Amino acid sequence: MSKQIFNLPDVGEGLTEADIVAWKVKPGDTVAINDVLCEIETAKSLVELPSPFEGTVLELLAPEHETIEVGSPIIAIGSTSHVAGTGLAAAPGPSASGPAVPAPGASALKEANDGGAAPGVAAASPSSSPAAASPAPRLPAASEALNAPVPQMHEPGIETGPLVGSGPKADAVKRRPRKQQVATPGAPSPATSRQQPATPRAVGSSAAAGSPTPAASAQASQENEASTAVARLLTRVLAKPPVRRIAKELGINLVDVPATGPRGEVTRADLESYQVQREREIAAAPTFWEPAKKPVDQRIEVVPVRGVRKATAKAMVDSAFTAPHVSIFVDVDASRTMEFVQRLKKSRDFENIKVSPLLILAKAVIWAAARNPSVNSEWVSTPNGDEIHIKHFMNLGIAAATPRGLLVPNIKNAQDLSLKELAVALNDLATTARAGKTKAGDMQGGTLTVTNIGALGIDIGTPIINPGEVAIVAFGTIKQKPWVVSGEVIPRWITTLGGSFDHRVVDGDLSARFMADVAAIMEEPALLLD
Amino acid sequence: MAGDLPTTEFDDIPEELLYELEALAHERTEGHVNMVQLLDEEGRFLNRSHFAERASALSVDELRALYRDMAMIRRFDAEATALQRQGQLSLWVPVRGQEAAQIGSGRATLPQDYIFPTYREHGVALTRGVELGELLRQFRGVSNGGWDPRQNNFHLYTLVLAAQVPHAVGYAMGLQRDASRAAAAGRAAPDPAAVVAYFGDGASSEGDIHESMVFAASFKAPVVFFCQNNQWAISVPTQVQSRIPLHNRAKGYGFPGLRVDGNDVLAVHAVTEWALERARSGKGPVLIEAYTYRQGAHTTADDPTKYRLTAEEESWLAKDPITRFEKFLRAEGHADEAFFAEVAAEGEALAAKSRRDVLAFEAPSLAAEMQNVYAERHPLVDEELAWHLEYQAGFADADTDSVEGGH
Repeated sequence: MSKQIFNLPDVGEGLTEADIVAWKVKPGDTVAINDVLCEIETAKSLVELPSPFEGTVLELLAPEHETIEVGSPIIAIGSTSHVAGTGLAAAPGPSASGPAVPAPGASALKEANDGGAAPGVAAASPSSSPAAASPAPRLPAASEALNAPVPQMHEPGIETGPLVGSGPKADAVKRRPRKQQVATPGAPSPATSRQQPATPRAVGSSAAAGSPTPAASAQASQENEASTAVARLLTRVLAKPPVRRIAKELGINLVDVPATGPRGEVTRADLESYQVQREREIAAAPTFWEPAKKPVDQRIEVVPVRGVRKATAKAMVDSAFTAPHVSIFVDVDASRTMEFVQRLKKSRDFENIKVSPLLILAKAVIWAAARNPSVNSEWVSTPNGDEIHIKHFMNLGIAAATPRGLLVPNIKNAQDLSLKELAVALNDLATTARAGKTKAGDMQGGTLTVTNIGALGIDIGTPIINPGEVAIVAFGTIKQKPWVVSGEVIPRWITTLGGSFDHRVVDGDLSARFMADVAAIMEEPALLLD
Repeated sequence: MAGDLPTTEFDDIPEELLYELEALAHERTEGHVNMVQLLDEEGRFLNRSHFAERASALSVDELRALYRDMAMIRRFDAEATALQRQGQLSLWVPVRGQEAAQIGSGRATLPQDYIFPTYREHGVALTRGVELGELLRQFRGVSNGGWDPRQNNFHLYTLVLAAQVPHAVGYAMGLQRDASRAAAAGRAAPDPAAVVAYFGDGASSEGDIHESMVFAASFKAPVVFFCQNNQWAISVPTQVQSRIPLHNRAKGYGFPGLRVDGNDVLAVHAVTEWALERARSGKGPVLIEAYTYRQGAHTTADDPTKYRLTAEEESWLAKDPITRFEKFLRAEGHADEAFFAEVAAEGEALAAKSRRDVLAFEAPSLAAEMQNVYAERHPLVDEELAWHLEYQAGFADADTDSVEGGH
């Protein structure tokens, strides 16, 4: 069974990295050519990667939700067909047998980092790895077979096979060494001496690949790997194999160890002193706040800001610092809304449609905006001065917590929808958002937003206006509270509504009228019949 | 009102006319527009234009062949997209959704006609008999072209927007001159031929198109301007490209322009056949606006969800050219289950073959590339080639050296 590695391709033009959003296969699965392996998110788009091989998934080499460089191996697939013998097995060449690219901090690859064998590499029968690593001549006939391993993308500087789909990486980052004129045979040739520093790295990487073969037999292959690994090594911790082995036994990630070696490598002494320090810390640490053998500098978890988080952050900063927010709150007796919702749930018309108080609120907001049109508008700066664009349609945004983060998809032309249509639209929107399938177009063109923070039991908060809009309504939790009705304290269903408005457009008076209108519907939904 | 306009030119024009001109200028005419359609979305044949006769003249085998071509190119397109996603092509330009526009027009051409494609005319390439695998060479980056354009009269893909259209008009004018020269020399004229210039709604905004249409009109060149309006120039909608339906522009140049349902293979075929016959007979150019939709991304590097709505995509899926034609064939009893299964199997075989072809492509050699600099051998090129080969050989030495010198 030959093992084939699929390296992360450049699916756009000139992309250098991508995040794996979700794996659609797991080790042991059988895949055919073009079966979807995973979904990745690049700077440009969300795309599905189809399998270039058929066979059995041996191992996923890259974790979800982490940024992977183009050209890094992401999955190993074992081919089940018996083709063409060793030449074929060798075709993937250096990149297949090379160590899994260390993504520092990646837990799945931690072992490889520590100097141990990556699990998958070990699984691919150790005896075959020297053969796989040797630069066997490429057999042209090999590619005849449909499921033959296709030429892999290579590290910069190695020019075997076409450099396809590897984006900017395809241009050698570093010039290949050009041979000096062969005039100095006696003296130690410069080329040789240039290679020297690389030697320990080569040994390291071969150890990492889990093939502790006698140096003599594997020399050629390791040399090949050495240059393959050059770029990779720029980000890799240097250490001699024995040091790596000790680190692995102690469960230490070499990345964490301060290196003092003459070439920046981690020495045995570094490791020992780190271990002493770590034992002291572990002994001293209380259990709750100091979990899991983490060194001091990892007590703060660093989460890169990208994707939806980045977009949300930018939108919020833009909004908070350009639109002067005014926020007002109102307590509402929503008992009649609760009764109305109960009645709707039982009504045959609303069979199989989810009905919640949010539906009434959405309707109330649409109704109130029709009576106070300026809250459904946009502040537009043009070269000829500022303008207020009042919208005679309502694209009602609903803030939704999704697996990808906070998204605000909107219901287009919500003013035209009947109560039932609105209920269906709300459900669809929520289902799509929860499945992480909200499209960018569904989030554009919103005119007013509702955020349901009450779903989490929160009374109320100050919402921040979605950019491009001038108003947002927050909906607190609905719970029974003591309420005074006709001089008597009785339990009623109470909620708090909060609204934030762009004071450039909406004055206190207007915002108050609008919120009072929304509250009026919540207190008496029958007013909707108006 | 007149104060807004240059005075001398318009002094004599009555006020009312000026008002009318202003009104016309601000009117958006993209409402109901006449469009040639022979099959409705449910695949029912509409016998209401004189183009219907042309479609009725097609034999069952020809009808089946149109379906086969469309299904084949869709399967090929899917495979090429997958190959890009697998890192085997650096880019791919999907054609999904435009099959009828391409197959219908391509099948209306004759062997002596000459085609100038953009970079998306995979379907037209199929109808011209270009080996489909060859299309992938350029997208894998192993060739600047991929096929010999003279063999099938199918020009190389042009990546620069609209740049092929002046070439097409020039070629058409060349055909006219060849014919008149033959006549002057008393030789038999070659078979009358025409040229098809393909371009898109986005390219229609390029100056090249204007120049081409001016020349084509002035010289009555035998050229058919075939504009596939797929609604989106990457992320720019057609409404931004043109305030009026695109085919109307032909009026300004003085030749006929018409819109055809680009998802209706019969209509496209009939209209193109008519336009080509007209061009071959010396009556000059026609602009055909094939009204269609790019169902997928502009290229594999594009994400259409960022600029268009799901509802729009779904509304166009209902107009899918292949589904529609399949309904027609089934309803008319022209094809049975076995036929569709056979086409599907053929598609799979084509996909597998294309994949094999791509993986077997060899990287181009420097020598081969330099052979294309001049038509004939040139001493300077020979000299430079020799120098480069020597330079390259230097690297080979270094590689061997480092293998021996390691450790």
